[in-house]
Amino acid sequence: MSRILTYREALREGLDEELARDSNVVLMGEEVAQYNGAYKVTQGLWEKWGDKRVVDTPISEAGFIGMGIGASMLGVRPVMELMFWSFHSVAFDQLVSNAACVRYMSGGLCNCPIVVRGPANGGSGVGATHSHLPEGLFAAFPGLKVCVPATPADAKGLIKAAIRDNDPVYFMENTLLYGNTGEVPDPEDGDFVIPLGLADLKREGTDVSLIAHGRSVIQSLAAAEILQNEHGINAEVLDLRSIRPLDVDAILKTVKKTNRVVLVDESKPFGGVSAMVAMLIQEHAFDDLDAPIKRVCSIDAPAIYSPHIENEQLPNPARIVAKVLSLR
Amino acid sequence: MTSASSSKLDFISSPINQALTPERKVELYTQMVRIRKFEQSALKYYNAGKMGGFLHLYIGQEAVAVGTISLGGADDHFITAYRDHGHALAVGMGMNECMAEMFGKQTGCSKGKGGSMHFFAPDKNFWGGHGIVAGQTPLGLGLAYGLKYLGKEGCCLCYLGDGAVNQGAFHESLNIASLFGIPVVYVIENNGYSMGTSQERSSAFNGCLAQRAEAYAIEWDVVDGSDLYEVRAKTHIAMERARKQHKPTVLEIDTYRYYGHSVADANNKKYRTPEEIENYKQNHDPISVFQRRLLEEGVLTEDLVKSIGKAATNEAAASAKFADESPAPTIADISTDVYWETDHQTAASKVGHHFFND
Repeated sequence: MSRILTYREALREGLDEELARDSNVVLMGEEVAQYNGAYKVTQGLWEKWGDKRVVDTPISEAGFIGMGIGASMLGVRPVMELMFWSFHSVAFDQLVSNAACVRYMSGGLCNCPIVVRGPANGGSGVGATHSHLPEGLFAAFPGLKVCVPATPADAKGLIKAAIRDNDPVYFMENTLLYGNTGEVPDPEDGDFVIPLGLADLKREGTDVSLIAHGRSVIQSLAAAEILQNEHGINAEVLDLRSIRPLDVDAILKTVKKTNRVVLVDESKPFGGVSAMVAMLIQEHAFDDLDAPIKRVCSIDAPAIYSPHIENEQLPNPARIVAKVLSLR
Repeated sequence: MTSASSSKLDFISSPINQALTPERKVELYTQMVRIRKFEQSALKYYNAGKMGGFLHLYIGQEAVAVGTISLGGADDHFITAYRDHGHALAVGMGMNECMAEMFGKQTGCSKGKGGSMHFFAPDKNFWGGHGIVAGQTPLGLGLAYGLKYLGKEGCCLCYLGDGAVNQGAFHESLNIASLFGIPVVYVIENNGYSMGTSQERSSAFNGCLAQRAEAYAIEWDVVDGSDLYEVRAKTHIAMERARKQHKPTVLEIDTYRYYGHSVADANNKKYRTPEEIENYKQNHDPISVFQRRLLEEGVLTEDLVKSIGKAATNEAAASAKFADESPAPTIADISTDVYWETDHQTAASKVGHHFFND
């Protein structure tokens, strides 16, 4: 039996189950314990698990993220919350030079089973410094894993896989998705874990493939409905879910089926996830393409604050529909 | 909180306060009232859905910005974090441009691009408005370095909250400030809470936060932020040390915010007791304290208090009307102000592609 949970509740349930499963799992971050989380993802967990398992940190991202990485080398399984993924830059050295490289630099003697999680998105009126999307950035560092769930079930299944993974996993949520609801399998029906590296076909179609991750999946699904109802175009929506490892087979399969591709990526156009996916498609499925690969990214500027125009900078159903129509 | 006691020094006797004319005192009082009315108006329109994102209110802390910035000369500069409305108005930015920025309008001080946390007025020596905790602390160091480099006899006042003292960037800045002899004054506005976490639960310290400066051989002091005279007297000493001797100072100004970390901070009455908030409002409110003081001195009258309050309320209401009626940015506006060269269509901007929209 499935239940309807919010994305926030599904994540919390995943964290709670992992806290129960493994006594080495510890949640840590700014306001995660006594305040119940800035976005209430960890609500009730401090009360349930106590000071040892759910820990408030000072506003010291470089310090506490680095501390988590060090502890993970000794076998602790820290799940660190960044209140915003945008604050990654304060801890960047720890996140890329330490977490990504320690296994390699030690010739495989050390590993780093840490999870760093928190929201990474635009569209919430908090301006450029709080609206960075670093999934493409971190996926560019071998040694790191990155996933970006779009639905409550994926959030739960992937956070559990991330915590069990023996490598550093950077887990990117979305403040605009926390309240979204969806079906999540009942824990009584078994342990629900979604392996990293598996994409998910969120909508089957025949005419064009929309390949997306995170909130762009939701926007693509909305665009697919408009395309179907107003233009008679049957779009397929592939949710990457995991950026690294990346489900290249699923990408090539949908391209070979529809022969037309629009990549929807809330990041900026230069480099990043959609640029990488475009490269893979042209390399491995060039002959299957009936049209050039197109993208809908955020308009190439720092995130504008103004609530009047913010949504226009991001991929939205209208921009996606227009891009698909331009393929014809 | 430093509690006011009967044995407390009276800082009206300090030379920098003796130099204040009655008109200037009324002006400083008026500035504090304007900041409060402006923010009360902002809160009203934030709650009405006219703004996006966060609103970090300064209400309760007004004497810090007004007292310190009142000491600024032509070559003194200011930079702060995201709780920036008070500093912006104190340096002389207008309510209209500030309110319009929060409404996300073209007429805002950052054209609607920055929002509440990112007010700037370089023409008034005000360098923002910064969103990342302690991210401004190396910038303040740099502004002060620039002043010394350019041979100006000025200093930079760099504000930070009590939560920011635990960021590495701040400690690195203190070390360089002391090592290089940089004319920077770090002003820790200690409102007791690092977001929803009390000072005791977020910082390790002996006695006070400013004392950490000793580790870097930097002078420090603790200031009662509810007393504008004390704020001015002690900050003046630090600024003179910076200007004349190129030596940094860390000031810890004890203050309080009546509202949460931001208006979105729904727990702000859970991690603090109602008694604590009420005590500050009743006994340590910087505007009430200064108002009482000026009434005693005969500088203010009850009538003047009323008219100043009314004028500030009207000014704030007018700024909200201005903001509401101003035009929103366009899609084309998203792509300007990214690069200086492309904005100015220079020769450099014609070589290679700067933007990658399809």
